[in-house]
Amino acid sequence: MAKKVESTSVDATKIDARIPEGPLAEKWSNYKDHQKLVNPSNKRRLDVIVVGTGLAGASAAASMAEMGFNVLNFCIQDSPRRAHSIAAQGGINAAKNYQNDGDSVYRLFYDTIKGGDYRSREANVYRLAEVSNGIIDQCVAQGVPFAREYGGLLDNRSFGGAQVSRTFYAKGQTGQQLLLGAYSALSRQIGKGAVKLYSRYEMLDVVVIDGRARGIITRNLTSGKIERFFAHAVVVGSGGYGNTFFLSTNAMASNGSALVQMYKKGAYFANPAYAQIHPTCIPVHGDYQSKLTLMSESLRNDGRIWVPKSKEDAEAIRAGKKKATDLTEDQRDYYLERRYPAFGNLVPRDVASRAAKERCDAGFGVGNTGLAVYLDFSEAINRLSENVIRERYGNLFQMYEKIVDENPYKNPMMIYPAMHYCMGGIWVDYELQTSVKGLFCIGEANFSDHGANRLGASALMQGLADGYFVLPYTIQNYLADQIQIPRMSTDLSEFEEAEKAIHSKIEKIMKIQGDKSVDSIHRELGLIMWDFVGMGRNKAGLETALEKIKAVRHEFWTKVYVPGVSSDLNVELEKALRVADFIEIGELMARDALMRKESCGGHFREEYQTPEGEALRNDEDFSFASCWKFTGEGNEPELLKEPLDYEFIHRQQRNYKA
Amino acid sequence: MEKSINITLKIWRQAGPKVKGEFETYKLDNISSDSSFLEMLDVLNEKLIKERKEPIAFDHDCREGICGMCSLYINGHPHGLDGETTTCQLHMRRFKDGETITVEPWRSAAFPVIKDLMVDRGAFDKIIQAGGFVSVNTGGVPDGNAIPIPKIYADEAMDAASCIGCGACVAACKNGSAMLFVAAKVSQLALLPQGKVEASHRAKLMVAKMDELGFGNCTNTGACEAECPKAVSISHIARLNREFLSAKFKD
Repeated sequence: MAKKVESTSVDATKIDARIPEGPLAEKWSNYKDHQKLVNPSNKRRLDVIVVGTGLAGASAAASMAEMGFNVLNFCIQDSPRRAHSIAAQGGINAAKNYQNDGDSVYRLFYDTIKGGDYRSREANVYRLAEVSNGIIDQCVAQGVPFAREYGGLLDNRSFGGAQVSRTFYAKGQTGQQLLLGAYSALSRQIGKGAVKLYSRYEMLDVVVIDGRARGIITRNLTSGKIERFFAHAVVVGSGGYGNTFFLSTNAMASNGSALVQMYKKGAYFANPAYAQIHPTCIPVHGDYQSKLTLMSESLRNDGRIWVPKSKEDAEAIRAGKKKATDLTEDQRDYYLERRYPAFGNLVPRDVASRAAKERCDAGFGVGNTGLAVYLDFSEAINRLSENVIRERYGNLFQMYEKIVDENPYKNPMMIYPAMHYCMGGIWVDYELQTSVKGLFCIGEANFSDHGANRLGASALMQGLADGYFVLPYTIQNYLADQIQIPRMSTDLSEFEEAEKAIHSKIEKIMKIQGDKSVDSIHRELGLIMWDFVGMGRNKAGLETALEKIKAVRHEFWTKVYVPGVSSDLNVELEKALRVADFIEIGELMARDALMRKESCGGHFREEYQTPEGEALRNDEDFSFASCWKFTGEGNEPELLKEPLDYEFIHRQQRNYKA
Repeated sequence: MEKSINITLKIWRQAGPKVKGEFETYKLDNISSDSSFLEMLDVLNEKLIKERKEPIAFDHDCREGICGMCSLYINGHPHGLDGETTTCQLHMRRFKDGETITVEPWRSAAFPVIKDLMVDRGAFDKIIQAGGFVSVNTGGVPDGNAIPIPKIYADEAMDAASCIGCGACVAACKNGSAMLFVAAKVSQLALLPQGKVEASHRAKLMVAKMDELGFGNCTNTGACEAECPKAVSISHIARLNREFLSAKFKD
């Protein structure tokens, strides 16, 4: 399709993604050929702060230190190895075409654009597909024990949204192995003194001097001490904000506070409404529950998803009068295979989640709550044997049995969608730089690459692409003219003021001394998000959410109770600071979802759907990334739009049926 | 089937690294048998907060058994009595109604207590920093399929690599030895051609760092393997010893 003139509502003058000229396949090479570099002797005079030690943060910190930059790396846990990338199970995509099934860089690019429902940047996604192969090579060289075939070569499996097998994996622990690879590279640099690691530290603000990011303010979580750090550039890879929902597959410490800090210092928050509800998680089972556990998408390679065909059977199962295994084949509705014959159980996540919700809402759900569907391995076990299934997914089956206390080799698993990943995040240009100079954002924390829906096994790919192969190049284009800037003192007034603001915020929270625990308020926020800003959104619901979130904010700032003192280890205070920011993010998500009067990817507005219930995009009016600009406390944020021009791909209604 | 139980908890409380700690007793009623051990502690903390008391500090993060952040010595066993289970995956259905449960931090000279049940496991990071890696920089590496690796070696390397760095092996060991942790990394990398190049040198550096940091010696009691939530085998210790000896011969 020829370059399309976008709707007049798009203001292209304010947002410049700085995409290099030239044909799609040559943009990245052209960029690298012409970007500015920093010579080796100057690198050690430049300080770079990296916040986060997940796949993106650890790989970026390690790679930049190898190049010679002086890196300061901050980690919220006690060790970089615990970042939540570690929990990714299924795998990582790359366009190697080792399986000879027709894969290519273009096809990975195309699948990712289509999977994202045509709401991502072509140039970024093409670059991602291009560097994907290098990631596999890098990880193998580090000693990541990827699964292998008997001939000794790397094995692949299939994932949702693709018709080729391009996913590399290490049992059901791929994220763990990739993170430990990056962690080992990082550890090597720490040992050499090239990276200074600060663990059990949390970023509380970014310091901007003369329009450029020059450092951060942190809280030492062990001592409670507030500290200041200078750097020539600040890189944030702090992960996603899924815990806004309270119950999610994220880790307990995963939070969106660094994003809110950047947003309030001038970085745009892009597409906050694009959140991924993952179809295969263990269903909610009690009000004491603290998190939801994901069952890898890879299970959909061999597991078949179904609900009873008749409501009577569904009711009998919910009442405990019948079991899944009592139902014969023709009494089961394999609804994904029925609705999407071409992709079957391997449709993208947003499609699978909505289809599960549709069946449960219609009264066909199972489990005692009726909010569950079956993921059944009996056919695969008959075809391949229990041992083969154990070898492929053993740790996942074990995890399921521990939580649910049922043997998934004998009875089908019960699953239901849960909040999992944020496609939205801080806006970055092609160089991964935010709208604040010298402030970069990588991994899940930024908004790039996945559009409105992320395909499985692409988060690991993006995190490592950003950290190993993109940022270490693009940041030099910024740092090249920073060698003239001597290291600044953290006594400067900008640092002073930022720290003062944090002290007064903490003091304000400590002084409330109300009667509500932090968790109880967080839980309230989560329920609002799930009910009104979850899988099915509509105008009335989103307006209700905005009202209710306002009430939660008021409740927090008048009724929260944080015990202890701020000048010591204080977990409740840590949580309170994060929940204050989750409330801001929740509001931004609802606002963005209300603004976007179309359905695309993970954003499903019930008013906008096809007669078959599929997401109905509106390219005429909404082919843009929404970039929210902070305009001061208590003010409504300003909406800026980055137009998404599709020069190389012809956009169409996503089709996984044929 | 979900049911409720009443329990008594004896929990180690310690205000800081240099303060003397002691056990405190808490009674907790109507705990769902389907809740996890950490969710039970959440309930206790909510109760303490309501009573205007300071909640219990404990480490945890992913709550799905992979990050290695949770610890806890429960009724005399790291991560509790269940085999191949981290504390976050331990469920209350494993406990009886009326039971008294004792909860302590990891106890080891190399893991000082920070507060209550939280300990400092930074020593593990220092061991990895001493040599637990393959010395390659980003970029300029060969194609992933350039070196075929026999599946059995790749699988065994994967088993060793499944260590989550939680420290249960150290906590379980009467000598406070970190041999299983060190062996898992040395073995994983020694099994793969990429890591073979530096294998003996790596073993020497990591063992030296382990000794320096105050971990005890290995006397082959096997407690580490028995308590490891990821069932990392002590056969890796044999491989570590081989690499270590070969380094000594080279010296």
